[in-house]
Amino acid sequence: MDQFASSRIPISLTVNGQRHQLAIEPWVTLLDLLRERLSLTGAKKGCDQGQCGACTVLIDGQRINSCLQLAVTRDGAEITTIEGLADDGQLHPLQASFIKHDAFQCGYCTPGQICSAAGLLAEGHTHSRAEIREHMSGNLCRCGAYTNIADAIEDVMQSRAAMKEAAE
Amino acid sequence: MNRYDYVRPDTVADAITALANPDARALAGGTNLVDLMKYDVARPALVVDINRLPLKSIEVSGDKLRVGALVSNSDLAWHPDVQARWPLLASAILAGASPQLRNAATTGGNLLQRTRCYYFYDPSTACNKRAPGSGCSAIGGVNRIHAILGASSACIAVHPSDMCVALAVLGATVEVEGPQGQREIPFAEFHRLPGDMPERDNTLQQGELITAVAIPAPQFGSHFTYLKLRDRLSYAFALVSVAAALQIENGTIKDARIALGGVAHKPWRDVEAEQSLRGQAPEPRVFEAVAQLILRDAKGQGENDFKIELATRAIARALAQAAAGMPQNQSDKVIQ
Ligand SMILES: Cc1cc2nc3c(=O)[nH]c(=O)nc-3n(C[C@H](O)[C@H](O)[C@H](O)COP(=O)(O)OP(=O)(O)OC[C@H]3O[C@@H](n4cnc5c(N)ncnc54)[C@H](O)[C@@H]3O)c2cc1C
Ligand code: SF4
Ligand code: FES
Ligand code: FES
Repeated sequence: MDQFASSRIPISLTVNGQRHQLAIEPWVTLLDLLRERLSLTGAKKGCDQGQCGACTVLIDGQRINSCLQLAVTRDGAEITTIEGLADDGQLHPLQASFIKHDAFQCGYCTPGQICSAAGLLAEGHTHSRAEIREHMSGNLCRCGAYTNIADAIEDVMQSRAAMKEAAE
Repeated sequence: MNRYDYVRPDTVADAITALANPDARALAGGTNLVDLMKYDVARPALVVDINRLPLKSIEVSGDKLRVGALVSNSDLAWHPDVQARWPLLASAILAGASPQLRNAATTGGNLLQRTRCYYFYDPSTACNKRAPGSGCSAIGGVNRIHAILGASSACIAVHPSDMCVALAVLGATVEVEGPQGQREIPFAEFHRLPGDMPERDNTLQQGELITAVAIPAPQFGSHFTYLKLRDRLSYAFALVSVAAALQIENGTIKDARIALGGVAHKPWRDVEAEQSLRGQAPEPRVFEAVAQLILRDAKGQGENDFKIELATRAIARALAQAAAGMPQNQSDKVIQ
């Protein structure tokens, strides 16, 4: 059993492909670690209570609200934030689609929306517009860009389905 | 958040040893405990991170589903066997929280999540559940989301889980392990009514860990539904929810199970009312009568009076959906 007094605890995290050895207090959330210690401010602190989705990142490929995760509990994990989605300067298809469909106004919710949508596509449970709405309901947008957000995701979902069909 | 020590046991035995400290708290997905720690409602001296315990498997053997305490709500809901044979459970889980919360939330944590009563979350107010003996601010206060059944003069809070409402209908068993060894708790006896001890949500003893939840295969085929009514269409706690299941043979009801969420300190079942359906025809007038029966002792607190009528109608609607074999779709929110 690993046992720690309330002091700094050594952990290792791979963030956007880069490995970090860190020493952190057990009360630091993953969101605060990303923003305050690793200067990755893409993931946003909207509510800090699991209620808005602005802090959504991918942990070992799964979308999760980073504000409710204590970083120590994710020792050894691979984290992808919005900063890590683009591939060698090439925008992720969701990023390109959000631009194409004008799927934001202020942009505050956008990193969380896009990470969440990346998780949604990887899950493979979403096949219709109604399901996009439902499976994106964990991401609030105070500007109300929902229609265009759903359009952007639907576009990528459909082109992926078409690619899959063509391959078969 | 307060300052605390942190341990990360690898075995259930080590976790139980660590949890012997009365100021220790187990941490699973963290979606409720971390939230409550931020509000200073939970102030553990020791956080026991149980995520390395070997409690992550979903086993199906014959007619039994056994779910490890650390299985995530998402993995459980989307498991092919659960989708095929326990669809009521899948439906209720998918009606709750959001996909990213369900990815983190665990089976054990879902059972042990605490009430969403506003005063419980606000340490500057009186709340018997948070600070026993301090009073209940919700009585005579803001109580739109509060209980209409089984409340006490000490507490009128509700248990907020969706999954637990389905588990009540499915007749699950909670497997626990503690300093005194292992035991099994029938689901109906797991959560409790507030009485004069609202600080106790359930019958888990201090230092006990949930290890698994076991669920028998249901006998109701497609005659089930999970109907959840709330202030917005998604990502909101239930004002009222109903899990309903009917066994129908030759046009009459052979057996019925009905559990309500959002109305009491525990998922609410009324076995007598369920039994009154036996031998009856599955028709609206019968469903309306049983709904009235279930709500016969309901009591509003003012702001939540509307829940009595809402619950009555929701039960009748849920039974009609179950009878028709048309379970509520959790994406397309049209209520049939
Ligand atoms: C914004 C928001 C919306 C939500 N909406 C819904 C909803 O609509 N419907 C719904 O049902 N839920 C909803 N939830 C609640 C969510 O389902 C719970 O927070 C989650 O299920 C808790 O699981 P966890 O693993 O994260 O628990 P944790 O936060 O890790 O733990 C919760 C409690 O359980 C204890 N614990 C955990 N596992 C064990 C174990 N194995 N043995 C002993 N003790 C244990 C912990 O000590 C703690 O006291 C919502 C939550 C949020 C933040
Ligand atoms: S209803 Fe229960 S939880 Fe809410 S203030 Fe009263 S005692 Fe506290
Ligand atoms: S900041 Fe995490 S959900 Fe709002
Ligand atoms: S674009 Fe402003 S909050 Fe979504």
